[in-house]
Amino acid sequence: MRRPTSPHLLIYRWQIGNSLSILHRLTGIGLSLGVVALCYWLVSLASGQDSYASATALLTSPVGLLLLAGWTFAFFYHLLNGIRHLFWDLGRGFERTQRHASGWFVVIAAFGLTLGVWMSIRHFAS
Amino acid sequence: MTLRSPLGRVLGLGSAKDGTGHWWAQRLSAIALVPLSLWFLGSLAFLPGLDYLTLRAWLSFPVSGLLTVLLVTVASYHSYLGTRVVVEDYVHTAGMKLLCLVSLRFLYVLAGGAGVFAVLRVDFGP
Repeated sequence: MRRPTSPHLLIYRWQIGNSLSILHRLTGIGLSLGVVALCYWLVSLASGQDSYASATALLTSPVGLLLLAGWTFAFFYHLLNGIRHLFWDLGRGFERTQRHASGWFVVIAAFGLTLGVWMSIRHFAS
Repeated sequence: MTLRSPLGRVLGLGSAKDGTGHWWAQRLSAIALVPLSLWFLGSLAFLPGLDYLTLRAWLSFPVSGLLTVLLVTVASYHSYLGTRVVVEDYVHTAGMKLLCLVSLRFLYVLAGGAGVFAVLRVDFGP
């Protein structure tokens, strides 16, 4: 019996719909590691001044800052696109124009919010 | 005509044997995470600094402690639900799949448990 199969990733045409769906998963995987990092950070806070200092040093190292910037974008994207999914669960926003508009809005807003957060961090840290 | 048994129809569980349980758990934890995560990041953003003493003082407020415990719990649970689906979709051999699923569950119970313990220790510890 020939059952329907999931889209074959290598030959499936790239469109905004499947790209954002894949990005939702990727940001989710990233954020699930961010949750582990958050718990590590809280544990360091509970373990005393020295361990908090070393956790801060780790998170403000070049690699740490790159990770934090990535988690910022992943957070905003996953949050906004997750709300987009919740509207779909209610049966709303399925029209082609609505899908495309909400998709582009989510991507642009996530980039804008990420940029805004890091520009204000730079502004207040200096 | 239906091929489903009367018992199967009553239970309504489908082939995964957990019905819509996973779907609901993912949606409800997602909805809870919208205010919790925004509250957490917003609170950190409005603190005068992220140094050791400021953070411990902030986390010692009952409301901060409670909401952070809820955030860590729900975020770990949501991460587990999401990464579990990724493993179910992309890990195809039975043994490897079982190993990944068990590891994920251990990882998120450990991370979430450590995060909750850390907050409680800041709130009630020495």
